[in-house]
Amino acid sequence: MSESLPDGRRARRAAEEAPRTRPKPRVSVVGVLGELLLTAGVLILLFLGWQLWWNDAIMAGQQSQAASALSDDWAAQDRGARGDTPPPAPEDAGEPVVDTTEYANAEPFAVMYVPRFDTPGTHDSVRNIAEGYGLDVLNSFELGVGHYPGTQMPGEVGNFAIAAHRSAYGGGMHEIEQLQLGDAIYIQTKDGWYTYRFRDFEYVTPATTEVLSPVPHHPELQPTDRIITLTSCNPLYSTDERIIAYGVLESWQPGAANPPAEIASVVAEWGD
Amino acid sequence: MYGALWRILPGPVWLRIILLLVLIVAAVYALFTWVFPWVDAQLNPINVTVEE
Repeated sequence: MSESLPDGRRARRAAEEAPRTRPKPRVSVVGVLGELLLTAGVLILLFLGWQLWWNDAIMAGQQSQAASALSDDWAAQDRGARGDTPPPAPEDAGEPVVDTTEYANAEPFAVMYVPRFDTPGTHDSVRNIAEGYGLDVLNSFELGVGHYPGTQMPGEVGNFAIAAHRSAYGGGMHEIEQLQLGDAIYIQTKDGWYTYRFRDFEYVTPATTEVLSPVPHHPELQPTDRIITLTSCNPLYSTDERIIAYGVLESWQPGAANPPAEIASVVAEWGD
Repeated sequence: MYGALWRILPGPVWLRIILLLVLIVAAVYALFTWVFPWVDAQLNPINVTVEE
């Protein structure tokens, strides 16, 4: 059989045209099932991406912005009330003022700022602290950190206990495991600034409510220290355990004083 | 399923690819904006608190 060039060309053309002229491929059950399963897999991965990164980042930004706005309101009020008189020295502040207001559920009454939680180069760790730890607080676009009702208030002798998400929903305590001894946990209220210093971690089961006692694990004891307790889930991306971070009150200064030195420049930025 | 979609799309290959990308972006937008928030609300909440 001698192959001439035109023949070869014709054969190639025939091969190219074959798919077009061929009848519609049969739709097989297995084929469609396979495509559906692949689609389901992609959808689940997309959902995880949405929950853990996309929505998390959006909520973190909005929560941070809302808290900065509240913080700035208080700072502006204090500046207005102070007028031209120079700010008092922080060391003269005396006993911490304790807010005794009964706050309603989901009402923000404090702002938390932990420089260690910041994404490097930003100040995105600032969060509103609201009363209660329901989803209306923890999954909120404006709040994110909840105060355990019945535990003490900022600066009070006993335990100021709060909770936030570790991952997703803005992850107010995403970097909690990175805290180092002596790291500052700043709490701002309408009264002023409370500076807590991180002391230690504890890992407990979700039912270990003793960590919320005025003296953690010793509900029978009378407290003498002013501590803060941060609770979040552990390990990261799991809810099997809880990570607990304890801090001790180091100092207090009224709102009329300048903000703590470490975050003074950040607070000034919020005003812009 | 997806083979049929590819055949339904008009035009040459480059146009079909562009149309396909537009469809994918639209689908992801709809999922992120409406579907996933709804699904999230139906799922068990992620617990971070200590409680009895």
